[in-house]
Amino acid sequence: MTEPVKIVTRNFGVDRAWEIDVYESRGGYEGAKKALSMEPAKVVEEMKAANLRGRGGAGFSAGVKWGFLPRDNPKPRYLVVNGDEGEPGTFKDRALMQNDPHLLVEGIISACWATGAHTAYVYIRGELKLAWQRVEGAIAQAKAKGYLGKRPFGVDFPVEIHTHRGGGAYICGEETALLNSLEGKRGEPRLKPPFPAVVGAFGCPTVVNNVETIMNVPWIVLFGGEAFHALGVKGDGGTRMYGLSGRVKRPGLHELPVGTKLSTLVLEIGGGPLGNELKGVIPGGSSTPVLLPHEIDIPFTVDSLKAAGSMMGTGCAIVLDETVCAVRAASNLARFYWHESCGQCTPCREGTGWVHNILANLEAGSGKVEEVAVLLSAAKSIMGNTICPFGDGAAMPIVAFAQKFHDEFLRHATLKKCPYGGRFAA
Amino acid sequence: MAIWIDGRRHEADPERNILDVCLSRGLDLPYFCWHPALGSVGACRQCAVKVFKDDKDTRGRLAMACMTPAKDGTRLSIDDAEARELRRSVIEWLMLNHPHDCPVCDEGGECHLQDMTVMAGHLVRRTRFEKRTFRNQYLGPFVRHEMNRCIQCYRCVRFYADHAGGKDLGVFGAHDAVYFGRHADGVLESAFAGNLVEVCPTGVFTDRTLGRHYVRKWDLQTAPSVCVHCSLGCNTTPGERAGSLRRIRARYSGAVNGWFLCDRGRYGYEFVNSERRVRRPFVRGEAATSEVTPAALARAWSKGRVLGIGSPRASVESNYALAALVGPERFHQGTSAAQTALVATIIRILREGPARTPSLREVERCDAVLVLGEDVASTAPMLALALRQSVRRQPERAALELGIPGWQDGAVREVVGNRKGPLFIAASVANEARELDELATRTVRAAPEDVARLGFAVAHALDASAPEADGLFGRLPAQIAGALAGAERPLVVSGTGAGSEAVIQAAASVAWAAGAGRGRAAELVYVVPECNSLGAALIGGRSLAEAFAAMERGEVTGAIILENDLYRRAPEADVDAFLDRAGHVVVIDHLAHDTASRASTLLPAATFAESSGTFVNNEGRAQRFFQVFDPDSTDIRPSWRWIAALDGATDRWPNLDELQAALARELPIFGEIAAAGVPAEYRVRGARIPRALHRQSGRTAITANRELHEPRPPEDPDSPFAFSMEGAPRVPLARLAPEVWAPGWNSCQALNRFSAEIGGALLGGDPGVRLLEPIEGAPPAYFSPPRVDSLPEPPPDSLLVVALHHVFGSEELSALAPGVAELAPKPYVALGEEEALERGVSEREEVDLSIDGGPILTLPVRIRPGLPRGAVGLPAGPVRFVPAGSRARISKR
Repeated sequence: MTEPVKIVTRNFGVDRAWEIDVYESRGGYEGAKKALSMEPAKVVEEMKAANLRGRGGAGFSAGVKWGFLPRDNPKPRYLVVNGDEGEPGTFKDRALMQNDPHLLVEGIISACWATGAHTAYVYIRGELKLAWQRVEGAIAQAKAKGYLGKRPFGVDFPVEIHTHRGGGAYICGEETALLNSLEGKRGEPRLKPPFPAVVGAFGCPTVVNNVETIMNVPWIVLFGGEAFHALGVKGDGGTRMYGLSGRVKRPGLHELPVGTKLSTLVLEIGGGPLGNELKGVIPGGSSTPVLLPHEIDIPFTVDSLKAAGSMMGTGCAIVLDETVCAVRAASNLARFYWHESCGQCTPCREGTGWVHNILANLEAGSGKVEEVAVLLSAAKSIMGNTICPFGDGAAMPIVAFAQKFHDEFLRHATLKKCPYGGRFAA
Repeated sequence: MAIWIDGRRHEADPERNILDVCLSRGLDLPYFCWHPALGSVGACRQCAVKVFKDDKDTRGRLAMACMTPAKDGTRLSIDDAEARELRRSVIEWLMLNHPHDCPVCDEGGECHLQDMTVMAGHLVRRTRFEKRTFRNQYLGPFVRHEMNRCIQCYRCVRFYADHAGGKDLGVFGAHDAVYFGRHADGVLESAFAGNLVEVCPTGVFTDRTLGRHYVRKWDLQTAPSVCVHCSLGCNTTPGERAGSLRRIRARYSGAVNGWFLCDRGRYGYEFVNSERRVRRPFVRGEAATSEVTPAALARAWSKGRVLGIGSPRASVESNYALAALVGPERFHQGTSAAQTALVATIIRILREGPARTPSLREVERCDAVLVLGEDVASTAPMLALALRQSVRRQPERAALELGIPGWQDGAVREVVGNRKGPLFIAASVANEARELDELATRTVRAAPEDVARLGFAVAHALDASAPEADGLFGRLPAQIAGALAGAERPLVVSGTGAGSEAVIQAAASVAWAAGAGRGRAAELVYVVPECNSLGAALIGGRSLAEAFAAMERGEVTGAIILENDLYRRAPEADVDAFLDRAGHVVVIDHLAHDTASRASTLLPAATFAESSGTFVNNEGRAQRFFQVFDPDSTDIRPSWRWIAALDGATDRWPNLDELQAALARELPIFGEIAAAGVPAEYRVRGARIPRALHRQSGRTAITANRELHEPRPPEDPDSPFAFSMEGAPRVPLARLAPEVWAPGWNSCQALNRFSAEIGGALLGGDPGVRLLEPIEGAPPAYFSPPRVDSLPEPPPDSLLVVALHHVFGSEELSALAPGVAELAPKPYVALGEEEALERGVSEREEVDLSIDGGPILTLPVRIRPGLPRGAVGLPAGPVRFVPAGSRARISKR
């Protein structure tokens, strides 16, 4: 077996990798230099060939997204990098920004060149202070070297990067809410169309990409889109960050080729459940529907997860063992989504509160049997009926829990208490 | 173009969305966040329908009707089970936290949420959890706040902030605890806050003034009416119960005010219930009965020796009746010489020039504006609201180019961002909030003569044949001219507010000169002082100064003063002298004021709500206001009936129609005045139009404390309306519908049933007839700019007096409403920052002021940023008579 390719974590474990001299001594900024010597359209072509699916959760092809920018729009273009990593159970962008911020800067320079943007905004979750400091430091160092500013690498193509720290709202990780927040408005998602590619930040054409997505760009430029595609599976190229947390023996973060099996990740790399028995896996962050143990023997890719009725999400899985109460887990998620609903559209604003109320009561032992059905109907009617995907993200996991652990839900109502004694070992 | 709704073909306009089409076709589709004036944002998710790809698609997909354009051949279903279920769910969600306090809620009975709940069919409550509660805020004398009722449709902030530019109402919080309010308790700053009452689909924002004398909508008597509190003539729906006026609501007009009203128009009504109402005749200060008065009157005044003083706040008919009684030679308009001349100039410009006056709704569609000399936000607030929309016209074209339809409010606002179309303002003063200044491309603060010179310079830049003006403003005139010439619909706004003839002439010159390049003059709006300033001036008559002179010369011995407090029109000493000399003074008015207190005979006039008549607004549109209720005193009559009684010929004009016919015969400009209303004998299938909704209650009981028998409803000889809930159930002419109501639609949103196209003209046409139309292609004879050297040297150390208008307090009638009085300023003297610094006076310091050597007034100083040097401002209203253009001296005490 050959050494697995490391793209975004190649500098992990390297002393002071966030310093520009260390980064450059390991081949840093070569990708950006090469990108700026290529035709921008050629970079976009390589991106399309790479089949890099967006790493933020929706899994949309990054190259295709870049191609949506209108050609004849006289307005300036913007690149916005989404580092508002707030999905419970997800911690990959933080690690990436902390460990290798120059790779982000290099990716941004390359992406700006390809998309014709002269200004990039990196929106970083407010709580990720170290990540923000490292990115700021990298920007300052790159600027001092002339890699950012008026003539990066001697090419007449000014690039400026600004960071923006989020105020703590989960919804601001949604791209259009992020844009509103960036503009100083209330962080509420916008209706699409128009898509950000046409009307984005400050009314101008904008590309919004996840941190990890952008960090793959230099490698794709250096080694070609086809090579990147070949690392993964058909239509979903490269490697990606996979995370493990929850009731698992070896939690952690791993860069693995796309297509690695979920079962491999959980049972081999993660060493299996902490307890005696695997109860389920929430595959890609808290908003993805839980999978039962018999459902996880599938490639951990955008398309196969979708086929299994769940979602790739951020690729950071949460493992549940037999000590976990499904109602308690669902209730905990429901509380989070109720709290984070922006309050713009009715199904999500009111529905998440109702779902949370029912679940909290059920867990507390004051639920009624017929309310399990009400819960399912309330959650289901949120799905597909909201302005942004948050509503789906809030309802899907609840529906999955209530369906897959239906007996356990009913038992809470008939016993008038939590059979786990209200315990949530962590 | 057509779309298919539940298998039936409906004509549709591709510019509109499906919700709009469904509602305008009379189909019931519930909605909350959409509003015809505010567009779509797709937030409430209530208007879900099933949309099908083609006639073979049987599954379809759920879509929000408000967000879906009505493309040709679109197939959709309102009745689809899945769509119905989602709509029911949305109501169920909204009801999770709505308190269901309808019995104690002022909105009950005209609540959009009630209507939609019934329509969407949410019948069973499946939740049992505690509802969230909020703390309410004090928002001022007009609007009450009850946040627990909120269903978070966001219409309040979208109206208040996005549409009206208010800054102190926002969205706070998140999830199911979103809060709409101010950062802290306090009076809402916007002059349009009252519209929240109608914009809110439930009882979060309710009418505080109505709350003090509350009745349900169905118990009100209403009739189509016209606002009396400025010259724009916004349409209103006053509501009365048991002899007192309870509220004013905006009455939709596709041509004038659209859906909204300003707070002066909405809350000024309480003067009708004022303690200062004259409710019975007084002869030499003694109460008399109307039976004896006419005969006494006929004896008391000698024909031919009496002059008549009309009023710009009295109806066309009453002014005409007085002119007919005393004869045109002895009829005087009740306005100062200066005011009379300004309005006469405006009429001449509008009648003889090529520039057309657009309606308020048309102003919204203009795309480049020059405001000359008028503080629009104070003198005509709804015009300022219209201008606020006009600055969006140019930038929103970018959205149309991207294929985003205008009703996609959220998307259009993203595209527009902070960009604004051209709006130039040159005026001596702005209102205190300076709400239009923030929209302006450029604002110039200068004395009225300089404002006029800027206007003339713009005219010259547009058309070299227009006379040159002294170059004071550098490249600005060329910049303004460029913006106007490059626009599709340029507009010039001016008015009498600056008190300057030159400003008015300059505005006309600009509008005319704009025609040089494009072949058509720019549109031209003049704001005039009062609700019937144009109508009264069109009747003719001399100024008040000439009335005073005639009295001084001894040509007359008596005066009949119609609805006018002369002390607001002329210096106190002049009015005193006039009234002292007059042997007999008849005052016909509904309010006791200082002039009325000097009357030898005081006759109680009916207000707009107790009589029918016509006002001509600043557009030259004659609009009929219909009597809303019969006053409880038989002595209260329309002024023109008193005038006929004075003549001893009560049958001279048996009703309003006859009076109008006489007027139309005598003054051809009023030839079409009858078309502004409807003949008194108009009937719908033989029946009168009821003033009350069919559900009105209590008619047999309401006077039972006085009389056991059910009273006979009063007769109305002047209109086809009945003082009753009985009569024609539906009126084909929407402009005559006393109130909007339709089956299932009890709130003001029933309006969707009253026009063929939502946002367009009312069914059967918008009310009013335009009396003034421009002369096409007439070559303008340009006015000449005032020359600097032609002006008399001002006395040293004297300051130019400028009238400062306030939304609340400057207009006479509304100032009597308690809420308006609360917000009105106390008398003060305003100085610009420089002038105050130079004179070493500070805010609130008291100074002595003398106008034209008159008596000394002691007033506190207010620093008014932007007031030009050499000017002193006095608040019109709180200072009863402000002779704009005069010179004043101030001295420190």
